Amino acid sequence: MMAAPSLDQVRRLLDVAPDAITVSRGMFVLMLEPVDLLDAVRLLKSELQFDLFLDVTAVDWLERSPRFDVVYHFYSTAHFARARLKVLVPAPDPVVDSLTTLYGSAHFMERECHEMHGIGFRGNDDLRPLLLYEGFKGHPLRKDYPKQYEQPLVPYRER
Amino acid sequence: MGSSTIPIRAVTDRSPAFEYFSTKKDELVGWARKFSLFPYPFVTACCAMEFMAVSSSPYDTDRFGAALPRFSPRQSDLLMVVGTLTHKQAPILLKVYEQMCEPKWVMAFGACATSGGFYQNYAAVAGIDKIIPVDVYVPGCPPRPETVIDAIMQLQDRIARSHHPILTDRF
Repeated sequence: MMAAPSLDQVRRLLDVAPDAITVSRGMFVLMLEPVDLLDAVRLLKSELQFDLFLDVTAVDWLERSPRFDVVYHFYSTAHFARARLKVLVPAPDPVVDSLTTLYGSAHFMERECHEMHGIGFRGNDDLRPLLLYEGFKGHPLRKDYPKQYEQPLVPYRER
Repeated sequence: MGSSTIPIRAVTDRSPAFEYFSTKKDELVGWARKFSLFPYPFVTACCAMEFMAVSSSPYDTDRFGAALPRFSPRQSDLLMVVGTLTHKQAPILLKVYEQMCEPKWVMAFGACATSGGFYQNYAAVAGIDKIIPVDVYVPGCPPRPETVIDAIMQLQDRIARSHHPILTDRF
């Protein structure tokens, strides 16, 4: 087993500002610009063996600008190390680059993130709803989706 | 359930054997039907664990004639909706219900099937009675097996007391 990468190593490799990378509970946390995302992930995968793509999700900060955090998690099966990447994207048309060219598992995870948060993934051409049903309007995990708003498929009985 | 609803009364003037008995047609059919509940388990969530417990030997719903699950709606007459119903599944539940032949009864098993439980969101139907009529509600998250048995017995009482449309003047 190779030694786990150090904070300095990651910082030098990705060439990010010193305050853009921290360690939280043994996990690298990187704040990235949307344009740098694909290159950074490519380097993490090829140079530091972050070979397992765990998750992509989004955080909706309704009042903030830019409104969304898109959050990625990676795991290195060689170093037993984890990395978290955060990308800030603005509201009206939140789009980031797709990771499908690097990780096949990104196909489904990006579909879920797209239907739940309305994040677009440039390069993923199959963003059909995964868990939601056909005809569902809106993105239910956005903070401006009404909490109890239902879109029933079957008409409710009259009682 | 009072003794008046026990349908069969032997008249034993001369010998302990049945010579004839008197009953009401509704009570007779109800008595037969209430011990022949064939459940269709529409199992969607964690309540299934409790359903397994209640239908296996320690609690033994076979005592009530309600042990043998039929996995075809056409062969069953008790629809047990066990767990959360989502909007995506609602059309499936409705189709299963519509495929069941009369007479049929519906049990809402657990808090989610009864009212949506703690799910008040875009995904869950707040109670299956928004989609199909329900005969007996079982509270609990998940329900204790005793609660389920109580619900089966309440349903049996209801079946025993109800009018059965199969009975006409000519039957």
